Amino acid sequence: MSSPIQLQPDETFVLNVGPQHPATHGVLRVKMEMNGEYIVNAETVIGYIHRMHEKMGENKTYPQYLMNLSRMDYLGAMGYSHGHVLVVEKASGIEVPERAEYIRAIMVELNRISSHLFWFGAFVMDLGGFSPLMYALQDREHILDMLEAVTGSRLTYCYFRFGGLYNDVDDEFVDAARRFIPRMRKSLIKYEKLVTGNIIFRKRLEGNALLSKETCRKYGATSAVARGSGINYDVRKNEPYSVYPEFDFDVPVYHEGDSLARYMVRMDEIEQSLRIIEQGLDKLPDGPIMPAKKPKLIKPPAGDYYQAVETARGNFGVRLVSDGTKIPYRLKLRSPTFSNMHLFDETCRGMMIMDALAFMGSLDLVIPEIDR
Amino acid sequence: MVAYFSEIYNGLISLFIGMGVTFKEFFKPTVTVQYPYETLTMADKYRGHVELIENDEGKPNCVACGLCARACPSGCITLAGEKPEGAKKKVLTRYILDFTRCSLCGSCVESCNFNALEFSKEYNLASTRKEDFIFDLLQRLEERNK
Amino acid sequence: MSLTLLNVIIAVVIAIAFAALNAAYLVWAERRGAARIQRRPGPNINGPFGLLQPPLDGIKLMAKQLIIPGGVDKILFIAAPVLAMFPAIMSFVTIPFSDTIVAKNMDVGILMIFAFASMGGMSLLFAGWSSRNKYAMMSSIRAVSQAVAYEIPMLITTITVVMIAGSMNLMEIVHQQSSSILHWNIFPLLGNSHNLLMPFSFLIFFVCTLAETNRAPFDLGEAESELVAGFHTEYGSMGFGLFFMGEYANIVIGSCMTTILFLGGWGCPFGLFPGVWWFLLKLYILIATIIWIRWTFPRTTIYGLLNLSWKILIPLSLFNLLFTAGLIKVF
Repeated sequence: MSSPIQLQPDETFVLNVGPQHPATHGVLRVKMEMNGEYIVNAETVIGYIHRMHEKMGENKTYPQYLMNLSRMDYLGAMGYSHGHVLVVEKASGIEVPERAEYIRAIMVELNRISSHLFWFGAFVMDLGGFSPLMYALQDREHILDMLEAVTGSRLTYCYFRFGGLYNDVDDEFVDAARRFIPRMRKSLIKYEKLVTGNIIFRKRLEGNALLSKETCRKYGATSAVARGSGINYDVRKNEPYSVYPEFDFDVPVYHEGDSLARYMVRMDEIEQSLRIIEQGLDKLPDGPIMPAKKPKLIKPPAGDYYQAVETARGNFGVRLVSDGTKIPYRLKLRSPTFSNMHLFDETCRGMMIMDALAFMGSLDLVIPEIDR
Repeated sequence: MVAYFSEIYNGLISLFIGMGVTFKEFFKPTVTVQYPYETLTMADKYRGHVELIENDEGKPNCVACGLCARACPSGCITLAGEKPEGAKKKVLTRYILDFTRCSLCGSCVESCNFNALEFSKEYNLASTRKEDFIFDLLQRLEERNK
Repeated sequence: MSLTLLNVIIAVVIAIAFAALNAAYLVWAERRGAARIQRRPGPNINGPFGLLQPPLDGIKLMAKQLIIPGGVDKILFIAAPVLAMFPAIMSFVTIPFSDTIVAKNMDVGILMIFAFASMGGMSLLFAGWSSRNKYAMMSSIRAVSQAVAYEIPMLITTITVVMIAGSMNLMEIVHQQSSSILHWNIFPLLGNSHNLLMPFSFLIFFVCTLAETNRAPFDLGEAESELVAGFHTEYGSMGFGLFFMGEYANIVIGSCMTTILFLGGWGCPFGLFPGVWWFLLKLYILIATIIWIRWTFPRTTIYGLLNLSWKILIPLSLFNLLFTAGLIKVF
């Protein structure tokens, strides 16, 4: 295992990892002060893909801003839209039909699986194994096909509307989703055999980048990063929203706090999401997908509203301050990866570069979501 | 000592199991689509850029109300219409879609009350010139009708 | 005299052609194999089954400008790719493909091959050092520590085989194993040593071959997700091409050595066809396994790699050496 070594200050050099580097999965730049292969100090530099999503929120009407949310995170777009529509519905008191709520939950969970699958592939590729990425993409392709058939696009869905949905799902989708569940379970066994059990993989991740509960709390880390360190926190359970209280599912928690624990949490979450989808398809009620009185103009009364959701990357919170007009006064987006990423600077000190990049992979960073 | 050897043994076994998985995959059929030679049909609900819908006479359904232009988050749509003498409805004279700014959200289609806009199934959109993406939808409609 | 000289020259030319052809078409085989494992078709456009891909890639690489970045050590920078390819080709001179097909049979063939193999590490060091690139530098230092760590168990294992055969002549080693399939050095009982641990020796040698040729899971020098492209980050054009071909030529050499030392060389288990075909069959099965391994496993860490060498491979191979020596004394 990598252990901190005694370092002389004049023996270091600076290595710029990124903004264009295969391991940073986007335009993240890490300024690493290195002593040989050991990292003395690291500083993450963000902002290369800042698109002013929050400022745009202050300049657009509520429906116009809808599609921005799915562009925050290109892998788990559904979850982010969910947070936005929920907070606006809460603010303006729009009732959502039950069918729409169920479909939303199914869609978010499908998207969570697709996001985790991509993360799984990219993570193993960071560690040097290329084939698992291709297998993961094959499974992800089934999800994307299903979602495309319903929402009309493959990544930036823009599927949720205030009060309901853009499109209803058909029987074809329900059948496809039902077929997908056993197929995915079979694939999970394959991943277990190919990757999880592999001695090289385990040796690299066991004990890599131990995060304590305190560190996670200090930085506000959520999702698998916190759950891998023994913090049992999942917004779906702790602050239930939408129809999640209706579902029976577990929150996987591991206490080791190393990269393997974070990996295991995400792989278990895929299984839990499958369970939610299964139940959602069974319980899916008939009915409309938009409220009878379709809200024409969204004008929430003046006030301060907040809603958190559990996206694929963690606790995503939207704070909406409305002054009673059709344009928000302030829209604050709390992005989970922003908090998760800042763990990196502190934790990677004294690690070797290959361990540090494995750790970075285990954080599941999506850079556009950090920069917003 | 036992732990040392059992670790080597278990490690070797795990490697062989992994190789077994890839060995099985080796003989399965390929799943990719040979893109330029084969193409997939787009889903029915695929959201491409917008196109005008024509009525029975081959004229656009659009009445130039401008709701789509107002709904658009990025201001891609510029349209103009005029009211000919004696006619009840306005007639569309110009409909420009600036596709360089479009984010394919579909707000325009949703906001339309006259069934005048639809999504195209076009996805092969690549060019080296910016001007190629400023679509004159009326002209495209005429070209389709030819 | 002149006749033998001509023979040697022709043989050397054939050896070079064999090495270059193998290097080129192993790239193709690797890409096809990897694609099949990942359920893609792989290169299949140029020619039947994409067989024209390697020559076209070669033409493309040769047509590119050779960019020498500012501030590099020019001589070393240019020498490194040549050094990567040259030892691999030279090693072919002494490898016996069958009783008759050998360019130059030497009494110390093994010594020569290992001498050239060590030069491969030198080329990585040159490339990384001269590139004036931090990633390349780190990669080359890794590659050297790896080469040092893995040459030891590899040589110890080889010495085990040399002790059994009593010769460093590759022909002689194969002859020792030629009685039947059970006399191959990989099999424990009937061989000259009666050593039960020979399969493990084979495994150690095979793992060392992977590490010596910088192949996954030991491709720490390249480590594309950490070090961008490692020691050849700054190389383009045919400089990169030579590194690439050198890697595959080294794989062929490594697999040839494994075949000769452990799998009975051209010794045929059933005698269906002449020995040289058996040799090639064994060789390509080994190479296919190496490709298969690359596309299955993630990469090890540098300390994991050194731990494996110093804590597992070297003690085991040393033990095996002693054990074999004792057995030879007894029998």
